[in-house]
Amino acid sequence: MTTTSLTLSRTEPEWRLPGRGRIGMSALIAAEAAIFTIFVVAYLFYIGQSLSGPTPREVLSPPYFYTFCLLSSSLTIHFASRSLRRSNLRSFGAWWLLTITLGAIFLYGTASEWHRLIYTDGLTISTNLFGTTYYSLVGLHGFHVVVGLVCLSTVMVFALFGAVKQGHAERIDVLSLYWHFVDAVWIVVFTVVYVIGR
Amino acid sequence: MSTESIAWPSTTAASPSFVDRLHEWIVTVDHKRLGILYIVYALIFLVIGGVEATVMRIQLIRPHNDFVSPEVFNRMFTMHGTTMIFFVAMPVLFGFANYLIPLMIGARDMAFPRLNAFGFWMTAFGGLLLYFSLVGANGLYGAGNAPDVGWFAYAPLTSQTFSVGHSTDFWTLALLVSGFGSISTAINIVATILCLRCPGMTLAKMPLFAWLNFVMAGLVILAVSPLTAAQIMLLLDRYLGAHFFDTQAGGSAVIWMHFFWIFGHPEVYVLVLPAFAFASEIIPVFSRKAIFGYPVMVGATVAIGFISMSVWAHHMFTVGMGANVNTFFVISTMAIAVPTGIKIFNWLATIWGGKIEFKTPMLFCIAFLFQFLIAGLTGVMMSAAPFDWQLGNSYFVVAHFHYVIVGGILFTLFAAFYYWFPKMSGKMYSEPLGKLHFWLFLIGFHLTFDFMHVPGLLGMPRRIYTYEPGRGWDTWNLIVTIGVFFQAAGILVFLGNLLWSYYRGKAAGSDPWDAWTLEWSTNSPPPAYNFAVIPTVKSRRPLWDLKHPDDPDWKYE
Amino acid sequence: MRPRGSTNWYVPGSQILVWGCAAATAFGDTTPSPTNIFAPVSTPAKSIFGLSLFVLAVTGAIFLVVFTLLLYSVVKFRKRKNDDGREPPQVYGSNQVELAWTVVPVLVVVALFMATARVIADVQKIARPDNAIEVIAIGHQFWWEYRYPATGVVTANELHVPVSDASHPTPTFIKLLSVDTDHSFWIPRLAGKTDLIPNHPNRMWIDPHETGVYLGQCAQYCGTQHAKMLLRVYVQSRADFDRWIQQQRQPAALADAVSPGQRVFETTACLNCHTVAGTVANGRFGPDLTHLMSRDTIAAGAAKNTPENLRQWILNPAAIKPGSLMPAMQLSDQELDALTAYLETLR
Repeated sequence: MTTTSLTLSRTEPEWRLPGRGRIGMSALIAAEAAIFTIFVVAYLFYIGQSLSGPTPREVLSPPYFYTFCLLSSSLTIHFASRSLRRSNLRSFGAWWLLTITLGAIFLYGTASEWHRLIYTDGLTISTNLFGTTYYSLVGLHGFHVVVGLVCLSTVMVFALFGAVKQGHAERIDVLSLYWHFVDAVWIVVFTVVYVIGR
Repeated sequence: MSTESIAWPSTTAASPSFVDRLHEWIVTVDHKRLGILYIVYALIFLVIGGVEATVMRIQLIRPHNDFVSPEVFNRMFTMHGTTMIFFVAMPVLFGFANYLIPLMIGARDMAFPRLNAFGFWMTAFGGLLLYFSLVGANGLYGAGNAPDVGWFAYAPLTSQTFSVGHSTDFWTLALLVSGFGSISTAINIVATILCLRCPGMTLAKMPLFAWLNFVMAGLVILAVSPLTAAQIMLLLDRYLGAHFFDTQAGGSAVIWMHFFWIFGHPEVYVLVLPAFAFASEIIPVFSRKAIFGYPVMVGATVAIGFISMSVWAHHMFTVGMGANVNTFFVISTMAIAVPTGIKIFNWLATIWGGKIEFKTPMLFCIAFLFQFLIAGLTGVMMSAAPFDWQLGNSYFVVAHFHYVIVGGILFTLFAAFYYWFPKMSGKMYSEPLGKLHFWLFLIGFHLTFDFMHVPGLLGMPRRIYTYEPGRGWDTWNLIVTIGVFFQAAGILVFLGNLLWSYYRGKAAGSDPWDAWTLEWSTNSPPPAYNFAVIPTVKSRRPLWDLKHPDDPDWKYE
Repeated sequence: MRPRGSTNWYVPGSQILVWGCAAATAFGDTTPSPTNIFAPVSTPAKSIFGLSLFVLAVTGAIFLVVFTLLLYSVVKFRKRKNDDGREPPQVYGSNQVELAWTVVPVLVVVALFMATARVIADVQKIARPDNAIEVIAIGHQFWWEYRYPATGVVTANELHVPVSDASHPTPTFIKLLSVDTDHSFWIPRLAGKTDLIPNHPNRMWIDPHETGVYLGQCAQYCGTQHAKMLLRVYVQSRADFDRWIQQQRQPAALADAVSPGQRVFETTACLNCHTVAGTVANGRFGPDLTHLMSRDTIAAGAAKNTPENLRQWILNPAAIKPGSLMPAMQLSDQELDALTAYLETLR
């Protein structure tokens, strides 16, 4: 038997296309952005239209601290991702945990605000148009935070078992994209609810 | 040298049992199988939706008919519209997209095969949920009520006050569930086209089929989401006492219309762009010429995609938005006629100077061209808002949109079936039966939908279970109903042809049409991995280049 | 069956025939439809008619040109029997041609738009003149309530307006409200349709130039009996209209003693929904019955106003209009006869 060596000449230019994870997540973000846009439009449309019940000015106070926590978590997740790319697994785990904690604090803030609104101020989703649009918009965002935290926590569990490695950096980036989106939405929601709407 | 015989166990695999084969189909993530699942699912609902239409047309065959009660009739038009749009048109178009896009771009599968399966099953369950309303809406002991609020379910008719019971909830939930399926598939299409094209296939060398489905997917992402949002709001209104559309609490019925039509108008482009995709692949092959003006066709498609997001309130000209708002939507709607017309001209120019073969796919495409022209022109008529104040909400509108959806989309869909059936099944369909289907359906379509414009012009509104004699509507309604039976006959011939040819058709070979896109380079049906070697392409018609090495496309593009 | 080249004519040929017949009947006078949008008698409908002729002419011209080109191309460029099997010349595009068929449609759109914008302004940007008759139309499931605020008249289902002289117009301006779901007011010969949407008052106007009865019906799906929410507009001479107003302003013409029928009316649930001016009945859910006998139809046009139909309606509304919100009153034959007799006195 004889062997022949086959040489492949690289005359074709390199063919590189974007990663499907990023594109897929970006497309999902576009869809979610469209959903949020409709809720924001409804909120803006109904400002000042309630026939009765508490008004935003009477019961809302901007949650600066919790907002700071949530927006900081974008920074921490960025640091986590950077650590993973440098294969610094300990650092990655720490930043990741901090991200989750900050997200959880934000959720707690929303929950306590809602508790006060419902039990002290008497504002529910059925009270008036303000209640309807407020709870649905903030609630939709909160729901997305919960989903994000579930995903982040799953990764945390994997990380604790040592299963997250440098090679997963791209996937961690895709997940971070979602988390950044959640934070960006909060900027919009905060502006619409606590600045414009009040 | 000596020979030995070795006893070797039989290596032919036992043919899989029925249960095994069923299981394979249920757990499949192969884009080709999912494509076929979508298509078969849609065909089943096409028959159901057609029965609903037939019931309505029998009721309307003469004035003051009592074939069905008003309650049943109102459920019929709601279910017919919802079924045809969400569980026939969208699934069948997603099915073809799923099957063909990876093959046409030289990929082995879609970007996210498991998401693909998820999308199909969500859509499928959505349809089942909608039809479960027949038994489930009032509890199993009740008669069962399908939704009866119309396929666009205007508020406040959908509030708990006016829609007691659960029929509206089945409508809402079914669309919510299948909406997630649609968005998943759209994300998959976008990622596949951007990330999995074979070497050499830049976006400018991609088949028009891929471009059109790409823009369609973008529209789904941007347009189905508003519907999802509106459905959530409706559910909050109905169950948590929210007031989004509660006019008694200061809410607005008009804002539901805005949200719905922000979905609803791009939705019709979601339906028609794949139809354009079929035409753009089939017409060139049967004219034996490349598509005329590929870059302009791409540009026109993208323009249509953008403009379609800005025309929605032409469905609301009579709602009282004010003269200035009305005027804006007139100009945006008229504007979209320009790129759409350009497409018709480009198809015409493709045929011009060609050598037309009148096989069944081409017959359907030629009829599409004539019919879509008319449909577009009646649309232009209604874009003139004052004219729409007369024509809107009448049978003229019903005739117009059926002209687009049946005369435009369904005809190209039939063309697509006949064109790609040999590829998907490995068998050739019966050409005489195909032509019989064409003529039966053509006659039926024109009897029904041409004449349907007239009662609209004579003042007949839509969604009425009966009408008064003496308004001049009677004869037209009779003719319209007669056409239905021709169409039904055509569909039966079509389904029969598919079944018969699947089992008894002649072997089709990999390229029965002498076509030019990558799917025709695979076997019929393609193997699970699509291509043994991922191809490298140099032009928009890779197979033309192979067949005409002295005169390849890349010299001219 | 192999198609011969001539069969390509069938597709477009049948189209021409079909549309020709349709056009002939729609425009022709042989079977005049009372709801034909091309037979306007009032200014808004006439403005729309004028615009529609222009739009039809433009779209018709486009249709003829493109249709002819398509027809020509599928005939001229069909593959012949003696074809040499070679592919035809491959033409990939032409910038000049693309430019041409972009610019021309854009110009057409501009022309159409300008004509349209003008008519929108003519109809919708008009101030209400002082001598206009004002009517408030309120949509209900499944009937129409009309109020004339200037004179206090309240009636149902049959709208009366004075004829308007083109030189000295006396239009009727209608404010459109709804108490429940969406409806739409459509009398094709008088105006385009405008919707009645709760919490969203709308306004429309008509100025009919010829007396007569004009028909229409609700044009926005509003529930089970949307189909029988019919419209009748009576355009009368000014004198007749004033007389009708005067008559409608009177309270019910009652006998001195309370008739048995009146007693039935006032002791059962009737008075919870209906008003009879001058009596204790002042319900607002159903139509005002004070001058019921001045109307030609009952149940929003679903039946003629005869004693038999009236009796049947009260006995079992679902027999005439299933899904109507009027309940079957479960009255005895005696009560029914008395009640019908009483209602017959409400002229």
